[in-house]
Amino acid sequence: MLAFLVQRISQAVLVMFVISVIAFAIQDGLGDPLQEMVGMSVSQEEREAIREELGLNDPMVVQYLRFAGNAIQGDLGNSYFYSKPTLEVIAEHLPATLELVIGASLIIVFLSVPIGVYSAIRPEAWLSKFFMGVSTVGISIPVFLTAIVLIQLFSIGVTVDWFPADTGWGRWLNDVFTTEGGLPSYGRGDELTHLFGTWESGFFTTEGILHLLLPSISLASIMLPLFIRLIRAEMMEVLQSDYIRYARAKGLSSGRIHFLHALKNTMLPVITVGGVQIGIMVAYTILTETVFQWPGVGLMFLEAITRSDIPLIVAYLMVVGLIFVITNTLVDLVYGLVNPTVKLTGKKA
Amino acid sequence: MTTATVSRWDRFRESFFWYSFKRDKVAIASFAVLLLMVLGAVFAPLLAPTDPYDLAQINIMNSELPPVGMSGADTAFPLGTDAQGRDLLSTILYGTRVSLMIGFGAVVLQAALGILFGLLAGYLGGKVDAILMRIADVQLSFSTLMVAIIVGAVFKASFGNLMFGEIAIYMLIFIIGVAEWPQIARTVRASVLAEKKKEYVDAAKVMGFGTPRIMFRHILPNTLSPIFVIATVQIANAIISEAALSFLGLGMPETQPSLGSLIKSGFDYIQSGSWWITLIPGLVLVVLVLVINLLGDWLRDVMNPRLYKG
Repeated sequence: MLAFLVQRISQAVLVMFVISVIAFAIQDGLGDPLQEMVGMSVSQEEREAIREELGLNDPMVVQYLRFAGNAIQGDLGNSYFYSKPTLEVIAEHLPATLELVIGASLIIVFLSVPIGVYSAIRPEAWLSKFFMGVSTVGISIPVFLTAIVLIQLFSIGVTVDWFPADTGWGRWLNDVFTTEGGLPSYGRGDELTHLFGTWESGFFTTEGILHLLLPSISLASIMLPLFIRLIRAEMMEVLQSDYIRYARAKGLSSGRIHFLHALKNTMLPVITVGGVQIGIMVAYTILTETVFQWPGVGLMFLEAITRSDIPLIVAYLMVVGLIFVITNTLVDLVYGLVNPTVKLTGKKA
Repeated sequence: MTTATVSRWDRFRESFFWYSFKRDKVAIASFAVLLLMVLGAVFAPLLAPTDPYDLAQINIMNSELPPVGMSGADTAFPLGTDAQGRDLLSTILYGTRVSLMIGFGAVVLQAALGILFGLLAGYLGGKVDAILMRIADVQLSFSTLMVAIIVGAVFKASFGNLMFGEIAIYMLIFIIGVAEWPQIARTVRASVLAEKKKEYVDAAKVMGFGTPRIMFRHILPNTLSPIFVIATVQIANAIISEAALSFLGLGMPETQPSLGSLIKSGFDYIQSGSWWITLIPGLVLVVLVLVINLLGDWLRDVMNPRLYKG
């Protein structure tokens, strides 16, 4: 176990090193700190003097070591736009993104488990086929498009008058397809509860939850088909195994078999994949936050790109890289702990 | 020459491939829709009522006209117009063209990279394998979209808006190709590992052929069918990635729109009630991706029922 731990952690450190080199290369290649600091009127000699003083003429390796040393101490430079430390800017935006991810994860867990289990127990039922069909189509819909459709349906609203309004069924059909709209589709709302530090939460007010609704459904929609299919496939495999057959022979109730015995073993691979997917969700938060103008780190990153705010871009890369590396390492470690059959060390097959 | 082509055609007609295609309604329908869209895209300059790249043909007075069937529509613009007064049907035809070009181009690039690295990793093994696959693992754990967004962001920041707009097609092909190569490399590596144990490889070694020749002339042809399957699905992924990048403003400029940038430019007007500018290109994008995915599913079942779904 110790060898496994050391191996995984050293690998994580290596990946973080590569990310920091890339981040340093971006900062070095794109940003000219001098331009931000001095005006046009400063002479060439003075510029050279400042360059020398700032250490910009030092060898690359020395400059990188300084960058990495500062980064480890939590100093990733100042944002050009916000004119304060980049990590502070990220800390202000991070809670919004985290709440979005939490909201989406809740939706995913509460929908994918029942649907996946149901369609594994009754693969031939029309409802299962319907869910599978929807999930095939769902995979083909990009997240920003789901978001736009949701905005059209539930925020702007749709009035349908395709069916003849003078008949009862026509009016009924029109009513069925007409949506009210009115849900907020912009930002997080005003009623946020201050929790601690920079964390302003939207979970405790109706307005906050309403604002959270459409963005988290959109973000969940991209992962939901994948999880439903995964749970279904794993569950179907588990249901074939001997111990389930013995449980049936023993006369246990089907509810107990499905939800106590089978689900336990189904969730093991699901949790590993899920852990990795939550990291991947960060990429999709950029898209979701852009559509809903959600003030999280994704939108902040995109705005940093349009403003050429290089230090903020670099800091975002480092922070997101760190989040990815930590989640992946944790998932690996947890999997190693939970599943004793996994080969801990040694070469990968 | 003629006899050769005839016999090849006959062989195709008697193949399992054609047989299963004829019996699968979903595959036939998907293929028909895809063919229609590809033809529409290829012949866009002939089919489109107007040329959206030509500023002289655009009249701002025609902006935000709804599609035919709604009040205020103009029959000259069957799908309505966008905020700049461009005919939506024409921009969609041209946009599909751009999206398909980037999709195909990106997959060709990632296939080239993936085949090369996959062959090297699988056949040479050892350190080469360990290093290449570790890079692939790390890149995949970051998700290809994230890698594409970051590379796109860096390119945009270093080239500037104007310059980036001009070479956007090549940039996007490069970005998506580089971001997605691990998918194909892994598939190739897995089949190479299985192939290299076979006798024909030993025979080729005994005959004294060089490593590159064995890799590319002997092993590669035997790994083509899984590559083909995964490449089909990857085209759909590349089109989605392109749309996502364009939607974020890291892709095609509005003057030379892809489906993604059409959705983006329409999104700004959705609150004013002009839903068609964003939702019609969106629908086209979903249909395009869906039929490619369905064809990919079918191909996977035909070519290798045991292949892992990527």
